[in-house]
Amino acid sequence: MGLHYTKNKQQLIITLDGVIKRYDDQRQIKTLLDIAQQINEIKFSTTSHLFWDSSLAAVLYKILTIAQKNNSIIQWDGLPKNLAQFLKLSIEIDRKPERTSQKKFNFLENLGNKGLLIYSTLKNTIFFIKQIIFSLGRYFSGKAVMRKIDLEFALEDSGYKAVGIISLVSFMVGLILAFVGAIQLKTFGAQIYIASLVTIGMIRIMGAIMTGIIMAGRTGASYAATIGTMQVNEEIDALKTFGFEVSDFLILPRFLSLVVSMPFLTILSDIMGIIGGAFVGIIMLDISIAQYWQYSIDAFGLTNFLVGLFHSFIYGIIIACCGCYYGINCGRNADSVGLATTKAVVSSIVIMIVATGFLTLIFQVIGL
Amino acid sequence: MIKDNTKIKGVNITIAYGNNVLMHNLNFEIKKNDIFIIMGGSGCGKSSLMRIMTGLKEPTKGKIFINNTDFYATTEENRKLIMQNCGILYQSGALFSSMTLAENIALPLQQYTDYSDNMIKDLVALKLALVGLKGYEDFYPSEISGGMKKRAGLARALALDPEILYFDEPSAGLDPVSSKLLDDLIIDINQNLGTTIVVITHELSSIFAIGNNSIFLDVDIKGISAQGNPYQLLKNPPNQNVLKFLTGGKK
Repeated sequence: MGLHYTKNKQQLIITLDGVIKRYDDQRQIKTLLDIAQQINEIKFSTTSHLFWDSSLAAVLYKILTIAQKNNSIIQWDGLPKNLAQFLKLSIEIDRKPERTSQKKFNFLENLGNKGLLIYSTLKNTIFFIKQIIFSLGRYFSGKAVMRKIDLEFALEDSGYKAVGIISLVSFMVGLILAFVGAIQLKTFGAQIYIASLVTIGMIRIMGAIMTGIIMAGRTGASYAATIGTMQVNEEIDALKTFGFEVSDFLILPRFLSLVVSMPFLTILSDIMGIIGGAFVGIIMLDISIAQYWQYSIDAFGLTNFLVGLFHSFIYGIIIACCGCYYGINCGRNADSVGLATTKAVVSSIVIMIVATGFLTLIFQVIGL
Repeated sequence: MIKDNTKIKGVNITIAYGNNVLMHNLNFEIKKNDIFIIMGGSGCGKSSLMRIMTGLKEPTKGKIFINNTDFYATTEENRKLIMQNCGILYQSGALFSSMTLAENIALPLQQYTDYSDNMIKDLVALKLALVGLKGYEDFYPSEISGGMKKRAGLARALALDPEILYFDEPSAGLDPVSSKLLDDLIIDINQNLGTTIVVITHELSSIFAIGNNSIFLDVDIKGISAQGNPYQLLKNPPNQNVLKFLTGGKK
């Protein structure tokens, strides 16, 4: 029972008998392959009814491939008809792939490739920004092809559907700010200034930053995934062949909705952060509601508030651009969608932080 | 109990989505070694019937027997065992895009067998050679054509030497030559491996080239209006819908 072989001068005779399933005798296979290199004729003999599966076929296929390469004679007669047909089918169709092995580049070539990659990314980015500017131009001149329902849907998605998560996170951030401040201020008996700390912190920068980070993870990622999937499904190609401006149809509603909703969400975040701070001040530090309210109002400055709103407006532009850019430039397989989403979120956050640095510097210089 | 040479049997199957009944009381029998065609116009429920046979959707009513086992009444574990004996080729090939062709085919072998790594490599090479993709082991699905993706999908479906192979619209999106190659391959697999094959298609050339048994899902009566060899059905069509379908609307 099983697979046996004999080597007779230049001839290999393989005998197959009984049930040969899940065959995986690597030692025997190695010997058979070595013999197959040395002979010029292969014969088969099946002594009883043979039951086989692909494992036997895989071994015979490997032996026969070597035999064929060495121009050895293959005597098919001894094999059952179905197994012989199966093996012939595998051996006869031999279309080699045309792809040549990938060339390895040296240091300078790699550097050059990196440079070219940066150049093409910059070119794509500039083209993308130009597209958005032209789209906005068409929109304000009433020529953009954008469905009203798409804008409404995007507004709903980036607006009130985000209210819950923004409220919760901002409340917690206000709470944490108050806690951290309380530890230091309490040592001077100045815990009342927690109200000022939280109010200024939230309205000037923290509200906008927290809203930006949440919206980058929530809405920016969703933009990249949705547009990326449309790229995979060839929906974007279909839009282009219909003659639609992709930027008007897909980017504009998302861009407008995020730029409009970000300042409102930031105002909500400011309010919730102040409430979070008040929660700590009133419940844990025994500050009265009237006192907390008064100090908060005193600390609230219109300049700080407007600086926060300006930040949120810029963040809205950054998140919408990153989400849509990576969606539009997504590859055409499932992996690319995941990659586009990750890139959209990471770049949004990094660019937001860098932009915050620049904006802070500018506001310092102009005395705001 | 059903007869031993019956591989799949549908008993009074009703397919519905909510209140929308697509088909009701479907009764059919697929024998061992059959190349069984499920044909019918667009939207008649062919793909839904295949989803029922492959465990992706429970029938609204009725039973499906695979190898004498009531598929939806048996345990989850048994269902998994039955499905290990089935291979499915989806319309697009459904290859995992993050894996090479070799990794795609090796995946079920690594999961369900205890073959050594060398044997898995040999089996992958054999299956790819069988579908005419010798040497494409290291290619990613995005690097090959639609027809090649289908053949690679077939190689993956064949990985575990299944007793039953399902094909969902195998010719869809293929040029006539690739379509003919795939049809020939289906016949070869059926004849040489003794695999029972179930094919969903509305491509007339494929229906007549490969099918030896079939059912016609008729939207008008929401049921099967014809069963048997496609050639016989063309010779003696039981109704106008079948004749119209099998002649491509010419009669």
